[in-house]
Amino acid sequence: MGSTLAQKIWDQHRIGEVRGRDLLYIDLHLVHELGSQAFGGLDLRGLPVRRPEQTVATMDHNVPTGDRTLPIADPLAAKQLQVLRDNCERHGVPLFGLGSARQGIVHVIGPEAGLTQPGMAMACGDSHTATHGALGALAFGVGTSQVEHVLATQCLLLSPLRQLAVDIEGALAPGVTAKDVALAVVATVGFGGAAGHVIEYRGSTVRAMSMEGRLTLCNMSAEAGARAGLIAPDATTFSFLEGRTYAPSGDDWTAATATWARLRTDDDAEFDSVVRIDATTLEPTVTWGTTPAMSAPVSGRVPRAEETASHSQTERALAYMGLAGGERIVDLPVDRVFIGSCTNSRIEDLRAAAAVAAGQKVAAGVRAMVVPGSMPVKAQAEREGLDAVFREAGFEWREPGCSMCLGMNEDVAGPGERCASTSNRNFEGRQGAGARTHLVSPEMAAAAAVAGHFVDVREVR
Amino acid sequence: MAGVRTVRGRMMPLERDDVDTDQIMPKQFLTRVERTGYGAHVFHDWRQDPSFVFNDARFAGASVLVAGSNFGSGSSREHAVWGLLQYGFEAVVAPSFSDIFVGNCAQSGLLPVRVQHETYRALLATVEADPGAEVVVDLEDTRVDWPAGTATFDIDPMVREALLHGLDDVNLILAEEEHIVAYERRRPSWSVRVPVEGSR
Repeated sequence: MGSTLAQKIWDQHRIGEVRGRDLLYIDLHLVHELGSQAFGGLDLRGLPVRRPEQTVATMDHNVPTGDRTLPIADPLAAKQLQVLRDNCERHGVPLFGLGSARQGIVHVIGPEAGLTQPGMAMACGDSHTATHGALGALAFGVGTSQVEHVLATQCLLLSPLRQLAVDIEGALAPGVTAKDVALAVVATVGFGGAAGHVIEYRGSTVRAMSMEGRLTLCNMSAEAGARAGLIAPDATTFSFLEGRTYAPSGDDWTAATATWARLRTDDDAEFDSVVRIDATTLEPTVTWGTTPAMSAPVSGRVPRAEETASHSQTERALAYMGLAGGERIVDLPVDRVFIGSCTNSRIEDLRAAAAVAAGQKVAAGVRAMVVPGSMPVKAQAEREGLDAVFREAGFEWREPGCSMCLGMNEDVAGPGERCASTSNRNFEGRQGAGARTHLVSPEMAAAAAVAGHFVDVREVR
Repeated sequence: MAGVRTVRGRMMPLERDDVDTDQIMPKQFLTRVERTGYGAHVFHDWRQDPSFVFNDARFAGASVLVAGSNFGSGSSREHAVWGLLQYGFEAVVAPSFSDIFVGNCAQSGLLPVRVQHETYRALLATVEADPGAEVVVDLEDTRVDWPAGTATFDIDPMVREALLHGLDDVNLILAEEEHIVAYERRRPSWSVRVPVEGSR
């Protein structure tokens, strides 16, 4: 019997077995400012970072996205960033920190710099690490302790994977994006429904997606609960990578692509389960509840509790969201709009949102912000004039970081405020205590900003 | 981390599915650079509601949290596990957990006890009838006992092993040093390396 792509990468990185778990070598480890305890653990052990040249740090989770010439207002955040800077200096770890032209969200900068490459095993202390699977890497999100393990040993001890294939077929209708596909995957598999599994996304829809779209799709493997998610590398992957800063070049490029071209699931490989999604039926999608699986097509309505499988959970979600159930999605007003996050802050996302915002004005009473995923994304957008488009329409054009996705910095929505957000989680309080998050694509977020309520982007484009 | 064989104690009922780590440890407490000081902040936002179970004196001092499916979903923040431990919990019993949460439990000594849905229901009924009822979670036998019943539970055998023996992964991995070195010698010459000076 053949092997799946994920299993092949696993086997290629498997050094041995230790007390029932596999010892896996990690090619690349990405670090951010929330991992200070992991460096502290190294210090307690008196150990160095084993492979600083295979470790890259950035600052994203708590950085301010406003005026960066000002000192950081939150003293705890300032200290956390300084601790990362000190740790990187002490251990010789390259840092794309504040002030660097490469600073950005950890899951944006990896692919963008060509650090993330097909066939890699990767780790990062963040649940959305599966994003890197878009390039055919097997990328694990881990907690602080395992960040420490990778820093110390460049390895992880992991239990074996189960395999889930998500086969997505058919062309996406205009106005339907990778974000809508990702929300459909979460709704189909269930929030946390892929626990224990690595997802391989396959099918004509995935093959036709740009790299940005694939990154969005793999990113939300986290919401399906998967340990990782990935897509077999192909010509789209190679053309995305070629010429990027840390991608191999010259003869190395030839050697690398020859190796990468073999990275695919064998025809006779077996998955533990297979889920099929017909992409031709998808519409622009809006979440109405407090898990990312609670979503509806923009033409639809918010469900009533009694129409759902779990009455009490739906009732609780509707109460938090300030909804009765039965409302038309397009009748829901918005107070805030957030375009950004590791899900949707890449250049293609910004282009799509700008195309909707161009020549329009943000509705009265709506505060809308655009937070590019990285300094290179910001620079590229400014070269294309997208910042001017957004500014003229009344959007705030901000500095790169995680920002309102998790609201660790001052970018939060107020209690009861309803936010159209291109991020990945609509949990209670995620964007601020009492804030109500609706997850959408960049196009849908921009259209909601202009209209002051959700609208079907297909009718305004 | 010391090994854990059994946990005996009273229960805290949290009858909700999909409890995510943003609820367990809200983001405003993640700017700390220490591993301690999180116990007071567990479920900070939900505790603003006086009727939330954590504010019910009958359950004060409980060491076993009983919660719904997909517990610990969302963010990988290990702070959630540290907070639960530092609050006084030694085990969480639920019908299912997120993978990263279980991985974090294995590193910190909190027992993730995956039970059948009937067992979850039985435990909720037990604590509702008698908040003083004690449960015993036996990790060696993978069994949970309550006054009126008993059931086996599921746990990844590797997680069980790590928790039972208080295994330290770094020490286990460092013992494989010669194999790691041999593996590194076999890696392709074009494997990514990022120089710290003049990162391009």
